[in-house]
Amino acid sequence: MPVVKAVSCPVCGSLCDDIELTIENGEVVKVKNGCAMCEAKFLSHRSEHRIRKPLIRKDGEFVETTLEEAIRRTAEILAEANYPVLYGWSNTSCEAISVGIELAEEVGGVIDNTAVVCHGPSLLSVQDMGIPSCTLGQIRHRADLIIYWGCDPWSAHPRHIERYTAFAEGRFEKSAWRGYMAKIRSLIGLKKIRSAAKRLVLKEPSEIEARLKPTFVPSIAREGRKLIVVDVRRTKTAEMADFFIQVEPGKDYELLQALRALVRDQELEVDHVAGVPVEYLEEVVDAMVSCDFGALFFGLGLTMGGAKLRNIDAALSLIRDLNMRTKFVIMPMRGHFNVTGANMVFTWQTGYPYAVDFSLGYPRYNPGETSVVDVLLRGESDAALVVASDPVSSFPRKAAEHLARNPLIYVGPHMDVTAQVADVVIPSAFVGIEAPGTAYRMDHVPIPLKKVVDPPEGVLPDEEILRRILSEVRKIKREKTKAEAA
Amino acid sequence: MVEKHKLKVVLLTGRTIEQGVGKELGKITSEYAESVSVCYMDPEDMKKLDIKDGANVQVSTAFGSVVVKAKKSLRAPHPGVIYIPYGPWANVVVDPETHGIGMPTFKGVPATVEPAPDKPVLGLSELLKQQFGKG
Ligand code: SF4
Repeated sequence: MPVVKAVSCPVCGSLCDDIELTIENGEVVKVKNGCAMCEAKFLSHRSEHRIRKPLIRKDGEFVETTLEEAIRRTAEILAEANYPVLYGWSNTSCEAISVGIELAEEVGGVIDNTAVVCHGPSLLSVQDMGIPSCTLGQIRHRADLIIYWGCDPWSAHPRHIERYTAFAEGRFEKSAWRGYMAKIRSLIGLKKIRSAAKRLVLKEPSEIEARLKPTFVPSIAREGRKLIVVDVRRTKTAEMADFFIQVEPGKDYELLQALRALVRDQELEVDHVAGVPVEYLEEVVDAMVSCDFGALFFGLGLTMGGAKLRNIDAALSLIRDLNMRTKFVIMPMRGHFNVTGANMVFTWQTGYPYAVDFSLGYPRYNPGETSVVDVLLRGESDAALVVASDPVSSFPRKAAEHLARNPLIYVGPHMDVTAQVADVVIPSAFVGIEAPGTAYRMDHVPIPLKKVVDPPEGVLPDEEILRRILSEVRKIKREKTKAEAA
Repeated sequence: MVEKHKLKVVLLTGRTIEQGVGKELGKITSEYAESVSVCYMDPEDMKKLDIKDGANVQVSTAFGSVVVKAKKSLRAPHPGVIYIPYGPWANVVVDPETHGIGMPTFKGVPATVEPAPDKPVLGLSELLKQQFGKG
């Protein structure tokens, strides 16, 4: 059985490129090195839930149609619309995104990518403040302190810790894995001793605690990489941390500013900030300023609530302050595998990373006005094309409601939630499994995606589908101008 | 704060590994629906409402109301905080306001939870029909 090595995983922004796939009869049958999400995706290309034929809604029900018919209908909807939205793009190749932007310009629509509901606030803040960053390779080999703030890589980027940070075996920094295992063992041991003691000695639990405590040395005291996690819940990632700061929901901004003060050797005249004892924060700051190379990764815990982009301002400022004392970098944990690529291609072609409005014939960018959720909440769009994304399952109901009211076209491999309420559904090949392309990792390194199997018969890659839609739109417009001239 | 078996909480939405795997398997799979039509609660909060793991609860905010299954959080303690994975059920109750920057509020929405033993958790297509009249 042929085994294909060094395949990149098209799921999350970590873009692990060491996946090995076993192919049998044109299907992926075994996935090696990937995490659970990676395996689910590579095996899902043969799932029964795939769309294999284009669909058009007639009298409320889907009926199968030809690709030509579906593309013609799509082009008509887009060409007739006054203010269509073209949304998605984070789960496809840079090459397809590039055609999508051309199409948006041609139809005078608003084009936006999923950054708008994940790291959009981070992009805004970075535009204001700048960002000191580096590649993940640098962090893997050199960082001796890792901070995850408002993100849970164990759940969302499962191999991030093992490949790039605390548990990675770097050239100059060793993996903290063994230390972590020792900690787990001692914790399990401690639990056993505790329950045995409770049963045997029948003492008050607090008395037992007091006796056990001195034997339990926090692992922050040990050598090697250190891990700090800041989150509102004790996540799986938090359990691995040397320091876990449980911040009260919505109080990240306060906490970041308090840390900034401590980094600058200022005194805090309170006992607690955001529900955390100041003494504990002082210890954390000691670890931060005494490291040689620190890296802070932040997630949607900072962008999706509370002060949103102001949280990011504060985080970038904290890193700026830390750079007065040691070396520190910061990076957003990008979710979809090519959301970074979407931001890149948008910026090359329009000057802006997301939320671009072509309705005046030139690109305009004003998140809050030209961002897709706002366009939908104001009920302004009159058609929608969704490519490689599932907004009906990720937008607040009120925004999704307007989207579903629009003539809605869905291009993607799966019968997603959006596909189920769409009017035209065009199946596409899985980029990175059935079609090649380029994607950008979260640290802005471009990674090639491989084609390892053929797509189902008649199913094309996004790029090709978009090219056909674009040329059909141009044809309709030419016909219209001709008719008007006559 | 308990008033007539109703608990005031802060709603967070976010990723779980089950949701991550479910979304890759395909969104009409029952794995996906089961992974996102739940609400993780602090065990103490569940005691206050007198509900067991797997009981139906109604989560309401200023923006909507949805019935999901309560699950004991493995990430406790987080009293007064409930967690619903990203998905169509969570979207019914999150805050669409973007505060002029394009980003709705998916985390930190004031909400109430109450037991709903007589109300069903809708399946995906029923939910879509109810919310959008399509699907
Ligand atoms: S961590 Fe992300 S990129 Fe790596 S295997 Fe898992 S899903 Fe794929």
